[in-house]
Amino acid sequence: MDKIGSLCDITVGEKAMVTGLNIHGAMRRRLLDIGLCDGTVVECVGRSPMGDPAAFLIRGAIVAIRDCDSRGVKVRGI
Amino acid sequence: MGLTAKSTGFSAAGGDIAVRKNSPDDKIIAFAGNPNVGKSTVFNALTGLHQHTGNWSGKTVATAQGHFKTKRFSYIPVDIPGTYSLLAHSAEEEVARDFICFGGADAAVVVCDATCPERSLNLALQIMEVCPKTLVCMNLMDEAERRGIKPNIELLEKELGVPVVGTSAHDKKTLSALTEKLDKLCAGEIVPAPRRLHYIKPIEQALDILTPAVEKITKNALPPRWTALRLLDNDSSFTAGIENFLGVKLSENEEIAAALEHAQNLLAENDITADRLKDRIVSCIMLNAEEACGDAFSAVPRTLSRADKILTSRVWGFPIMFLLLILVFWITIIGANYPSELLSKLLFGLGDWLSELMIKTNAPEWLRGILIDGAYRVLAWVVAVMLPPMAIFFPLFSLLEDLGYLPRIAYNLDRPFCKCNACGKQALTMCMGFGCNAAGIVGCRIIDSRRERLIAMLTNVFAPCNGRFPMILTIISVFFARKASGVWGSLVSAALLAVVIVAGILATLGVSKILSATILKGEPSSFTLELPPYRRPQIGKILLRSLLDRTIFVLGRAAAAAAPAGAVIWLLANVRAGGAPILSYITSALDPFGRFIGMDGVMITSFLLGLPANEIVIPLAAMTYMQQGALSEIAPAQMYELFTQNGWTWVTALCVIAFSLMHFPCATSLLTVKKEAGGWRWAALAFAIPTVCGVVCCAVIAAVGRIFTGV
Repeated sequence: MDKIGSLCDITVGEKAMVTGLNIHGAMRRRLLDIGLCDGTVVECVGRSPMGDPAAFLIRGAIVAIRDCDSRGVKVRGI
Repeated sequence: MGLTAKSTGFSAAGGDIAVRKNSPDDKIIAFAGNPNVGKSTVFNALTGLHQHTGNWSGKTVATAQGHFKTKRFSYIPVDIPGTYSLLAHSAEEEVARDFICFGGADAAVVVCDATCPERSLNLALQIMEVCPKTLVCMNLMDEAERRGIKPNIELLEKELGVPVVGTSAHDKKTLSALTEKLDKLCAGEIVPAPRRLHYIKPIEQALDILTPAVEKITKNALPPRWTALRLLDNDSSFTAGIENFLGVKLSENEEIAAALEHAQNLLAENDITADRLKDRIVSCIMLNAEEACGDAFSAVPRTLSRADKILTSRVWGFPIMFLLLILVFWITIIGANYPSELLSKLLFGLGDWLSELMIKTNAPEWLRGILIDGAYRVLAWVVAVMLPPMAIFFPLFSLLEDLGYLPRIAYNLDRPFCKCNACGKQALTMCMGFGCNAAGIVGCRIIDSRRERLIAMLTNVFAPCNGRFPMILTIISVFFARKASGVWGSLVSAALLAVVIVAGILATLGVSKILSATILKGEPSSFTLELPPYRRPQIGKILLRSLLDRTIFVLGRAAAAAAPAGAVIWLLANVRAGGAPILSYITSALDPFGRFIGMDGVMITSFLLGLPANEIVIPLAAMTYMQQGALSEIAPAQMYELFTQNGWTWVTALCVIAFSLMHFPCATSLLTVKKEAGGWRWAALAFAIPTVCGVVCCAVIAAVGRIFTGV
């Protein structure tokens, strides 16, 4: 992936850096809590059998996030 | 939270625990930590309590308290639900937050994950901010070492300014270091100087304005800087808690109000809106955590393990899940076969002997009937048929749970649950339901959205619990796998049972979908699910725990229901009114309905009498069919004969299986729903929904069956 996009678009094995969250309410808090704040490097490490959710490596932990939620996480390719 | 004696019992429907001191000198210690960092394991190792642990996020759903002594102090550790942050919002996390901030603990122990230090320290830093007497326990050191993360405890201690210990919960020696430092902390020999959290400049400036005013009110009760930040953040549930704790309306204090306005203006000038402020606070803490970790941990890249790549792959994910299901059942069936036979010979032999003894001692015949033919034989049947599969299935289930496979199931199944507007974590509670529905219903607390939680609770019964699956298994092996024998027979039984389970899962999905389109309307809410690394299960502990906590307890409950129910059935079958046994009036009254749904009055009566514990349904039915006759053995051939003599066909058997899968849950589960959902209304729904499904399903099977059999 090049330049700017959403977390849901990075493919398995790709890394990206979080540049902002376009999500509101409780989910925003949840994503921040698990460490998805600006500047965090995230890697997509897998997708579930039916394609959604995907698993991301975030600050040493593997966390599954649904596409509809990760769509709001703005990232920059690295 | 799992299938402990506590969670499967009536206390599953009980309340949270209030912290009690045994003596005024007891030190209350808050045990906090991210979900799934081994907090309960540390807690148990210290207290010897059997707080259930498992390898998935969100085990502790109610605060538990324990007790342990060191040479110097006597401690009351309080286990707090796992949480990522004190700033978050699920019901469970508010419990954690309120206890840490206002629970009056003498000190806090924050259990951290050495393999995932930044996120753990994020919580630790927040707790240190409000409770300076904090001890950081870097757990899972063994796992971190194995993965080459090489945590440097001394350095971390310097960075954080509070005592830090490295522990491996499985290694008792490391825990003595923890208690030693805790003693010193409580005795005041270690004076913590918690790392000050640095926020961005505008926030720091705003804090400088507000903190002095707040300090005059909070005195020593709460850290002023922390309190000031909460006021700035203006999270209503949090500030209400603070005001409640201090007994002062902060917002009504003129000096504070003025300073707050000033500070807020300053933030606004710097373009920090309320929403942004929250973000900035959270990211600043995370940056602080990152910094504190700095050199103390070497970063080692992690990815999905090779096992996970297969277990969650597009091609193999589902087939492996299904095969694993069959494998678990197959081991259960094979393993249970012989002990079941032996137990039945033994127990029924003992029954005959007792019966003879009563004849010899001239005991009245009715007494012998009630005690031996009624209570004892049903009890013997329940023990012989239920105990062996339970004693094998429970440990197998715990094994998968400890290993960490359950979150992978939730990961694989999230998409279908999402399609049904439900939460993927429902797959976890469903899995718990296979052990015990009441425990599964309590486990629903891990689901954040109330709507999705209710859906998960109301559909939990579609996972056949340990009381029902031996019953389904009995019918399968008697009717459908009768001709196949040996290993092949047990494989066929296991496969058929797995098909029934899959039907249960489909029913769960279907009903979830219907519920979220009708009485529980709504969109799926967002969720995050952690996939923890696999951990080597502690086999010995699993065996002991599942035998003591689960098997014996669940069996005890079934037995407590079986003996009286057996006595009642015997009485009903033997006390005559108007020339016929009372039982025959009941069964014949229910017979037309029973026939309509492919069964008979006897089965319906048994299901109704099985309300306290589903385990007793088949034994009760068998006993009713035999009337006064005595059950001598329970070999499949004899059962086949007994059932067919009473008009059973394969259609009847199929309907019994379907109805076992889908009917009202046991009384304990209903009480649990009432408690968890808050109202009898939900318990009534939990009763009605599966029953209606079962009746409809059986009526259809019966109708189709009539076409085929031409009866």
